[in-house]
Amino acid sequence: MADRVVTLNHGAGGETMRRFITKLFVEKFANPALNTLADAALIEIEKSRLAFTTDSYIVKPIEFPGGDIGKLAVCGTVNDLAVMGARPLHLSVGFIIEEGFDLSMLERIVHSMSEATRAANVEIVTGDTKVVPRGECDGLFINTSGVGACPLGKGLSSAPIGEGDAILVSGTIGEHGMAILTAREGLKFQTRIESDCAALGGLIESVLNECDGVKWMRDATRGGLAAVLSELVESQPFGALIEEQAVPVRDDVRTVCELLGFDPMHLANEGKVVMVVRGDQRQRALEVLHANDLGRQAVLIGRITGDGKGIVRVRTEVGGIRRLQRPAGELLPRIC
Amino acid sequence: MKVLTALRNADAVRHVAREIAEVKLDRTVRLMEVCGGHTAAIYRFALRDLLPEWVELVSGPGCPVCVTANDFVDRSVALARQPNVTIATFGDLIRVPGSSRSLAEVRAEGGDVRVFYSSADALDWAIQHPERIVVFLGIGFETTACTLAATLKSAVQDNARNFRLLSSLKTMPPALSALFSAPDVKVDGLILPGHVTTVIGTACYEFIPSEFNIPCVVSGFEPLDLMETILKLCQQLAEARASVENQYRRVVHAEGNPQAQVLMDEMFEPADVPWRGFGVIPGSGLAIRREFADWDAERIPVEVEPTREHAGCRCGEVLRGALHPTECPLFGKSCTPDTPRGACMVSAEGACAAVYHFSPVEHG
Repeated sequence: MADRVVTLNHGAGGETMRRFITKLFVEKFANPALNTLADAALIEIEKSRLAFTTDSYIVKPIEFPGGDIGKLAVCGTVNDLAVMGARPLHLSVGFIIEEGFDLSMLERIVHSMSEATRAANVEIVTGDTKVVPRGECDGLFINTSGVGACPLGKGLSSAPIGEGDAILVSGTIGEHGMAILTAREGLKFQTRIESDCAALGGLIESVLNECDGVKWMRDATRGGLAAVLSELVESQPFGALIEEQAVPVRDDVRTVCELLGFDPMHLANEGKVVMVVRGDQRQRALEVLHANDLGRQAVLIGRITGDGKGIVRVRTEVGGIRRLQRPAGELLPRIC
Repeated sequence: MKVLTALRNADAVRHVAREIAEVKLDRTVRLMEVCGGHTAAIYRFALRDLLPEWVELVSGPGCPVCVTANDFVDRSVALARQPNVTIATFGDLIRVPGSSRSLAEVRAEGGDVRVFYSSADALDWAIQHPERIVVFLGIGFETTACTLAATLKSAVQDNARNFRLLSSLKTMPPALSALFSAPDVKVDGLILPGHVTTVIGTACYEFIPSEFNIPCVVSGFEPLDLMETILKLCQQLAEARASVENQYRRVVHAEGNPQAQVLMDEMFEPADVPWRGFGVIPGSGLAIRREFADWDAERIPVEVEPTREHAGCRCGEVLRGALHPTECPLFGKSCTPDTPRGACMVSAEGACAAVYHFSPVEHG
């Protein structure tokens, strides 16, 4: 199905989106920097190495518990640069605004972006604004691009990932996905779940500067931890084994997941980084993460394995082993 | 969450697993989980890893998305293509391929298809949008049927005439009767659906042990619930007896939920409906009562394409427990959760999707 037209599945962060991007865009635009499909391209200009990234932000509701589209646009782009081992420096911003959009909300969003850039120590140095007739876009879309200098400190290790490497996550997962879902659908619970939206440049910089053996990292956005880990092992001569009990999930997020039939590992995050660290450095990496507010709840969640190549496996709470896959398309609530 | 933590206690689960292993049965026993929620839980917690080899778990017809026949999807697709109609649904139904289209594709082509978290929300939306005819897709078993009965009653009381229900609601006991009458179904014990039994009570299953000599246990959905249920079934088999037991006593009562039953009777009447994999099962559906015909989406005139099944799709046999998902030639090859050829690969509670997502080996 879904070969005749683009469906929401093509943008949902799952397997369909991955194939869509690979088959359509990467084949047509192919070049070494793009082909890696990393969060940012590493490019050389006049012997300087830069990381370069772009992302578009479309979120409903535009303002949500814990953030808004503007903060998200800054943090998301900063994080995409930081996980490549780059120090985020300069951003561009493009606004596509629907006629009739509330000006005071736009002012709040711009203010929020300004605060986010200050917190992340980056500058918006160029921008663009388009206003489109009513009905031609859904309120407000924002595109941000960013450049960063790299390598940062000792940079990401060039040592190959292999058996015994540790997999860490910088804190509790699923809050952004659940905050958006509950705000969008008007689901009312006793506790208000807030997005974890945050810029991780400082946290990542401290880990890279103070810890040897950080080999790989990604921020776990759309598709959540499951998508990031699938990307890590895909077509690789190693697998990953995750201890489900070790994966940190707030009680309120877990409860709503239980009610709706979601796996927290499929939910989006906007302030969490997943790292692969050499086994003997995991404790050091955790110490550095714990010293930062954004990494206070960082934990070891699993390890790289020599078997189960190309597959992420989960040891469940009760001790069985199952596979962890990317979510297939949109997350939909179960029926009963 | 404390209750959940206790019901997921690894030591307690392992203890029950040992008790199961100690039951002396010198043959393979096939236990069927009827409910898609059980299928999902068994795979999600990887419970098979904890069971002795002689316990085989097979999935049955308890996933509401999976048993919804293609002609219902085709009718929904045809309605979604009407300019004044909004299709309201929940769950994975929008991704199930009909004869030529899924609802997700119709949405991409401009059809108004919306996912709601409850039928009451859809009714509210309908009341706020009187210019639209809002058709709620009623699929599910008794658990869902009673909530839809309540929504339908509200729509009637509020005189919300732009809200319609397209019912493919089903009742579980007739399907189980049909299942055990099928010659290709071999089941030694039945894990009965917890949520459905909350509504209908346990007495309606008595025919299964008495007519078919098959042990039955109503089960909850947590790992400890399911392991205890499996233990109870193995004990019945070891003692060569067959009866209906209730493991899910904290929720399920023998008489069910009389209020919900009255409400369903008030709004619906039994009907002969088609099930994927079973054909038409007499009296197994819930149609909207004639006096509420104004709220029945069946009465919206619309041209529905001729129904056809997808070539090679073996969902029907999977739903009867006659075929393991990996035995289907399409499984993991042309049929994956992203390119489903059949409903069992779409639903979060479908057997094929569960095997594809959770089996710790590579497919295809």
